[in-house]
Amino acid sequence: MWTWFYRLASPPFVYRTAGALMPWFLAAAAATIGYGTIAGLAFAPPDYQQGDAFRIIYVHAPSAWLSLFAYTTLAVAGAIGLIWRIKMGHAVAAATAPIGASFTLSALVTGSLWGRPMWGTYWAWDPRLTSELILLFLYVGVMSLRSAFEDPGRGDRAAALLAIVGVVNVPIIHYSVVWWNSLHQGATVAKIGKPEMPGSMLWPLLAMFLGFMCFYGAVLCMRLRGEVLNRERQAAWVREAMRS
Amino acid sequence: MSAGAAILLIVGRELRLSFRRPDQLLQPLVFFLIVTTLFPLGLNLQLSLLKDMAPGVLWTAALLSSLLSLESLFKGDADDGTLEQLALSGQSLTVIVIAKTAAHWLLSGAALVLASPLVAIALGIPSAAFGTMLASLVLGTMTLSWLGSIGAALTVGLKRGNVLLSLIVLPLAMPLLIFGAGATDRAISGTSPAGALYFLGSLCIFTCTLAPFAAAAALRITLD
Repeated sequence: MWTWFYRLASPPFVYRTAGALMPWFLAAAAATIGYGTIAGLAFAPPDYQQGDAFRIIYVHAPSAWLSLFAYTTLAVAGAIGLIWRIKMGHAVAAATAPIGASFTLSALVTGSLWGRPMWGTYWAWDPRLTSELILLFLYVGVMSLRSAFEDPGRGDRAAALLAIVGVVNVPIIHYSVVWWNSLHQGATVAKIGKPEMPGSMLWPLLAMFLGFMCFYGAVLCMRLRGEVLNRERQAAWVREAMRS
Repeated sequence: MSAGAAILLIVGRELRLSFRRPDQLLQPLVFFLIVTTLFPLGLNLQLSLLKDMAPGVLWTAALLSSLLSLESLFKGDADDGTLEQLALSGQSLTVIVIAKTAAHWLLSGAALVLASPLVAIALGIPSAAFGTMLASLVLGTMTLSWLGSIGAALTVGLKRGNVLLSLIVLPLAMPLLIFGAGATDRAISGTSPAGALYFLGSLCIFTCTLAPFAAAAALRITLD
């Protein structure tokens, strides 16, 4: 029963599987993001309050979701590497961290661009934006810790531990920031609630979520292959794979 | 030897060691005073405005100066091999982390709490809020010591781990700043700070039960 689990630990298997999965992810991502972009930008009706500015949600919300999803992947892959001493777990964690950080940055940039017409300012210390910013700091910490060690194995395990500590802290940080915002009665931000969305708005959004997930899968496969090759560069199978 | 006796021995050793070099004890405190001086000078505030910012200034300075002493938590002992001897002593590494972190808090956190009324007066925090401020600082610096023990253990083998240590610990410490400054803020404005203090207390208990295990695991990664 556990054999499939241990096959995951074999670098050539991971390298080949990632290579086989990547085109599927890429095709699915192109189809769903293509549909979501066209339907979201051209056919969805403008919001009755926000006009056309709301359309940035088609990039913002999937980015924010992926930033959390990638962090969860980072922690779970790190935990697998740490607990079962599966090196490929660390390879997945190392491959996923920069992607997650990019999604976090994208969520921050689109969020503040959205804030400009909505709040009249690029940055309003909105609790969700603030906790997203702290998430970016956590990503940077994990990535710098991994690269700070000369011994890559040690860097992997240290980064995995930090990612797990971070994942325990993410809910605490999120709720403290929410509460902090209610403590400081600063500029009261008009809450962008989720009113009933008509289908012509909702379906492109769901398609974008799916498309971003597939895009993440494709980029992860791509980075994972590079990561595996770099880590196994002394192995015989890599030399064979490179020759063919 | 029981774990309790080992903790007492290690704490006693840490205290003796640092009281022989009192300048290292005082430096973070002086840094704390300097940082709090920077804010009024840089912002050119009147005392009435300063009062609104005082909790945030006090807490930011406290976090930064606690970070300064955090790097030395395991570093000295790791460099001269004491930490390996302790790890081989038969006591669990978790017990050693608890003892060293407790000693670190007594030397840095508690000293900071004692120095804070001086800064509070200078920043114009009314004396009625001192009780809340001290309680929040006690809980907050304790939590920071526990969180910081993980960061210090992760960076102990690195040559230039100091900046990295701040990068790792500060995002995790943001809830402390929010609730610590929030509690003091509420006490100044005359509303009940109980909620924020309870939250700080629960964070303190949460970290002191889990962080020693994480820090011990981190030491096993970076030392072996």
